[in-house]
Amino acid sequence: MIRTFGFPELLFILDGAKWTVLMSLAAFLFGGLLGLLVALARTSKIRPARFLALCYIQLFQGTPLLIQLFIVYFGLPIIGIRVELWLALITGLSLHASGFLAEIWRGSIQAVPEGQTEAARALGLGYISRMRDVVLPQAFRISLPATVGFMVNLVKGTALAALLGLTELTRAGQLMSNITFEPLKVYATVGLVYFAICLPLTLVSSRLERRLNARG
Amino acid sequence: MSQTTIHMNDVNKWFGTMHVLRDINLTVNKGEHLVLCGPSGSGKSTLIRCINALEEIQGGTIEVNGNVLGKKGANVDHVRRDVGMVFQQFNLFPHLTVLQNCMLAPRRIHRISEAEAKDKAMHFLEQVHIAEHGHKYPAQLSGGQQQRVAIARALCMGPQIMLFDEPTSALDPEMVKEVLDTMVGLADQGITMICVTHEMGFARAVAHRVIFMDRGEIIETAPPTEFFGNPQHERTRAFLSQILNH
Amino acid sequence: MNYTFDFTPIFQAWGLLAQGAWATVYISAISMALGLVFGIVLTALRMAPLAPLRAFAIGYIELVRNTPFLVQVFFIYFGMPELGLRLNAMEAAILTMTLNCSAYIAEIVRSGVESIRPGQIEAGKALGLSTPDVYRFIVFRPAIRAVYPSLCSQFVLMMLNTSLVASISAQELTYAAQMIDNRTFRSFEVYFVLGAIYLVLSQLFSVGLSMIGRVYFSYPTK
Repeated sequence: MIRTFGFPELLFILDGAKWTVLMSLAAFLFGGLLGLLVALARTSKIRPARFLALCYIQLFQGTPLLIQLFIVYFGLPIIGIRVELWLALITGLSLHASGFLAEIWRGSIQAVPEGQTEAARALGLGYISRMRDVVLPQAFRISLPATVGFMVNLVKGTALAALLGLTELTRAGQLMSNITFEPLKVYATVGLVYFAICLPLTLVSSRLERRLNARG
Repeated sequence: MSQTTIHMNDVNKWFGTMHVLRDINLTVNKGEHLVLCGPSGSGKSTLIRCINALEEIQGGTIEVNGNVLGKKGANVDHVRRDVGMVFQQFNLFPHLTVLQNCMLAPRRIHRISEAEAKDKAMHFLEQVHIAEHGHKYPAQLSGGQQQRVAIARALCMGPQIMLFDEPTSALDPEMVKEVLDTMVGLADQGITMICVTHEMGFARAVAHRVIFMDRGEIIETAPPTEFFGNPQHERTRAFLSQILNH
Repeated sequence: MNYTFDFTPIFQAWGLLAQGAWATVYISAISMALGLVFGIVLTALRMAPLAPLRAFAIGYIELVRNTPFLVQVFFIYFGMPELGLRLNAMEAAILTMTLNCSAYIAEIVRSGVESIRPGQIEAGKALGLSTPDVYRFIVFRPAIRAVYPSLCSQFVLMMLNTSLVASISAQELTYAAQMIDNRTFRSFEVYFVLGAIYLVLSQLFSVGLSMIGRVYFSYPTK
């Protein structure tokens, strides 16, 4: 039976968006925590730590997100962890996010003038206090536009979950397209929902960027 | 030298609410050398930038070589072809060699052959004594050398009028002379020149008239001997005492 | 962990992977070249003096940048036939990639153009050059040079993005890997090797692009 694209179909798609938002938030949260550690390693004085962090970042920036998700999805059971698809996806997306956020935050940490670290050291502050109280707050401000910009990429990245079979926004669209035979309308709708989620983030990001540039 | 080249009639200009040129009336004759001076923000740079339409004016008219610069960019192309300009920051094109900097506009606008453009460029580079650096990029030259290239680049278009916007202000002191010497040499050839500069020695040597501007107005115009020997206005005297006695 | 890794069936299918890798490079190169051209056109529209042109460019750029590439692929491949435009998978892949690339490139190129000092443009105008000539001969090269590193990392991201066109059966690298997966059931090994190939490709792209950059932008700066 062929259905037309109407209100119930729209609701089904919007319901899929729930997963999109949930996965984005979770991946940002966990990826952020991990990414911060990697960024600190990348900017540390310890050479092997810097090198490992570099490899980590290159690994995630040099391979497609889709392949990262596949490897996590098929790799987790091999190391003895059997989890639901959605959990595997959040794991994969978090790892992906950590690589990119680490690189953004590395740049921001290095953009804080050297004098700040020296001044903090002159005051006798240890590494933890130097980072927590002096460098990271300034780096945070510098990184904000790019960080928010990356959130947009992360939201868009969750669409790949469709290819592994999780019924998020894009997969919901695929299903509705298959039963209505109206792909143009369906995918335009799906696109607009993503647009509605991403555009505010993009606008915030560019406003933050302008403010940062204005302040010099 | 009675032929009129530039005629500014009641020119007014605003930047937003700031009135930067007030009722400017100025006539420049063919072959005349003018020096414009005044405190910063007096509108002297803005005035010469209006002459080749880098700035739009809001009131009055400017006529250059018979072409009236009107509203909406009329005649801009004609005027710019007759007027060469040298900037404070040189503004050489960093990705082009010295020769290419000089050849670009003649090739694109006069549509001359590469060989011809190169000959012409070499001719003017020799005139400013920098021909041996023709293959170098701007970043490989000193400020004084860059500014001389900028002068040669403008000359390649065969302008009848040359505008100089503080050509020595961005230079290290030891390079000022080489640029001023080049400008003096140019003046001797009889080209019409308007120079915004505080180099009063240069003004004495080549200017037919020195013009003092303050707060968007022309305050005083006089030949250099009179201008420096017997300034009429209080503001001119104050300005001269500031720049001559430091 | 008592899983035994077995990579042999994957390496036996190296021909398929090589073909796929070639297709990936091919799709990427064409889309980048076309995307660069359209991206520059979009930049020009984005900075045009006419408000409707600017609005069109901004609308296009933001629409593309704020929706997933995968949805764009589906929209073009499955949706366009409704409008009478029937494309095979490869055509749809290249078209979507190009449309997608151009929006990102336009944003990058614009920031490059904005980084050029106004004095450069004024000097060109003072010499009598027309506005198109000023942008073509004076602004273009320094502008691209200023943003070349961002442009390169964008290109690499785009190359990695081509993995998604496997979903419409465009026969590139990921598609080849999926065929091997279906045949061997060695999913982890397949995708592990696939990831390694992409890693090598992205390094090659980086090195290649920076070599092109070094030749094209060889002029010295202060």
